[in-house]
Amino acid sequence: MARLGHWLRLAVFLGMAAVLATPSQEAAAGVNLPKLEKGKGDACVEDTETMRRHHMSMLKHQRDKTMRHGIRTTKHSLKGCVECHAGSKTGSVASTKEDFCMACHAYAGVKLDCWDCHATKPAPKTPGPVGKAPRPDASPLLAATVNGASQ
Amino acid sequence: MSEQNNLEGRADGDRREFLKTGAAITGAALAPGVLLYGVAHSRAPEQPASAEVRWGMLIDTAKCGDGCSDCVTACNTENGLSGKTGPQDTQYIRKLDIKDLRNGRVHSLPMLCQHCEHPPCVDVCPTGASMKRADGIVLVDRHICIGCRYCMMACPYKARSFAHEPITDQNPEVPRGKGCVESCTFCVQRVDREELPACVEACEANGHQAMLFGDLMDPQSAISQALKSQPSTEVRADLGLNTGVRYQGI
Repeated sequence: MARLGHWLRLAVFLGMAAVLATPSQEAAAGVNLPKLEKGKGDACVEDTETMRRHHMSMLKHQRDKTMRHGIRTTKHSLKGCVECHAGSKTGSVASTKEDFCMACHAYAGVKLDCWDCHATKPAPKTPGPVGKAPRPDASPLLAATVNGASQ
Repeated sequence: MSEQNNLEGRADGDRREFLKTGAAITGAALAPGVLLYGVAHSRAPEQPASAEVRWGMLIDTAKCGDGCSDCVTACNTENGLSGKTGPQDTQYIRKLDIKDLRNGRVHSLPMLCQHCEHPPCVDVCPTGASMKRADGIVLVDRHICIGCRYCMMACPYKARSFAHEPITDQNPEVPRGKGCVESCTFCVQRVDREELPACVEACEANGHQAMLFGDLMDPQSAISQALKSQPSTEVRADLGLNTGVRYQGI
């Protein structure tokens, strides 16, 4: 009888241990991978793998070329990123943790300094001082030259 | 302030003369010179700023209205500045009223970054953030500015400001942030797409015509012609900085 009680206690103990040791469904899945909203247009400027691994060096090279030499190509420009990847809810790339940049950066725990200075939202489409279309008539710098020469 | 009318007296005089002669000969060969200047100014996005161009501004204080601040307002809108004028607020253009105490004559003029050929702010910058672009526009590279403010102390024109507070809702073309020194950029984002700086455009649009912007290296540009034919002043010419901004009537 005592032997039976011993086995019974062991079985109960093992059963409880098994229940406790089983990970919950949520814990088993780990932290959710970031869900990225699809950007505008058909494709990004480079393939996804390249963008994931090298977007920071592209941005850094472009930043120095634009800032120091006035080269304003749009392929790797930060403004271009924002224009395509601004979220549909917030209109921004970094307002919330669901927005394009923050989704991965929050997941990876890498702080972003870009948005301390740069706008997180694309220029408004309405005509105004920001995002105004260039003048249709040639260049005003050229016009100034012509006027000056004709005086 | 001393009269500085003779730009050709500078070290680059020979080069200027050479360009002038060259342009005259080529202009004659190609007939309408207009096309030539157009080609010289237009720059593809992938081309870097050229040292063949030096952007400058000529401000006629006689036409600059007392109490008018159209240029300042346009600058604030373009660059996303608050428009406040306190000691810790950013101002790219300060509208100054200058009174000659001997005879009581009052001038009003906009004071902005003078875009010097030999900028003291660039000399003192410990990180290389303060820089002069090939086309003569003096800028701060905010990516490497550490906010030490040596350049603010070095500038004889009090043209630079420090961003003390976090900034949001910037113009996408004009990034600005807390902890960096900043100043007038001649609206470099506009100049790069062949537009006039916001202040000049506003001054023209409102009919004052007090500001003239153009290429100092192009002898046929309106600004070069004006500098050649009329007296103008370089503020603190004694420092030998060869400023890109010149004034008339002071």
